[in-house]
Amino acid sequence: MSKVKKFLYVNRKAPYGTIYAQEALEVVLIGAAFDQDVSLAFLDDGVFQLTKGQDTKEAGLKNFSPTFRALGDYEVTKLYVEQESLDERGLTLDDLQDIQYEDEDDDYAEKPSIIVVSRAGMADVMADQDVVLSF
Amino acid sequence: MAYDVNGTTVEHDEEGYITNLSEWTKELADVISKAEDIDMGEEHWAVVNFLRDYYEEYQIAPAVRVLIKSIKKSMGPEVGNNKYMYELFPYGPAKQACKIAGLPKPTGCV
Repeated sequence: MSKVKKFLYVNRKAPYGTIYAQEALEVVLIGAAFDQDVSLAFLDDGVFQLTKGQDTKEAGLKNFSPTFRALGDYEVTKLYVEQESLDERGLTLDDLQDIQYEDEDDDYAEKPSIIVVSRAGMADVMADQDVVLSF
Repeated sequence: MAYDVNGTTVEHDEEGYITNLSEWTKELADVISKAEDIDMGEEHWAVVNFLRDYYEEYQIAPAVRVLIKSIKKSMGPEVGNNKYMYELFPYGPAKQACKIAGLPKPTGCV
């Protein structure tokens, strides 16, 4: 079997102004079928993608934010969020959706998928990857 | 291209997935299942209802691998396994069941 590669999908844009956020999520879901080690990073305005209580009715767009909660089913369990990006936008972890996955190796215990890291920590996460895809 | 449900037409794409998800009804599901050559039993409906609930909650139609895993969790291994699911929906549990459930083509099904 070929070596499992580490893929990081970097999300830097707000969810609805452009199609990037939704397309990135679609790519992640498709890519998750290939049994690689997939994680996501959210920085800059990308942190808005994970906020709770999104309402897109007036904009006439599909609210795709609930789909982030399905990532655990696709074995995508690491969503890195940059602390500084949250701070700069007046957001805290409480403003983000509660996203969990079930750990199959730990009697299906529900564990949080969101990992808040510092800017320096995010650099380490990126340096540790085989492939980094930016959206 | 459209399905005919007792005189009302429901538009679908070239693969048979309905265009406007809000037009789905149980009667439509029966029409689609006939076009797919599937005789809908209780077990088929359980899968279709499961998919509709999944879509309601997560706004996606799950890939077949995820579907079978989730069904196994909620309905048990005698339903949630590849063999049984392909017996119910021979042309692909996710693709066919999603079509009958009035959902888009599953994300991640090539």
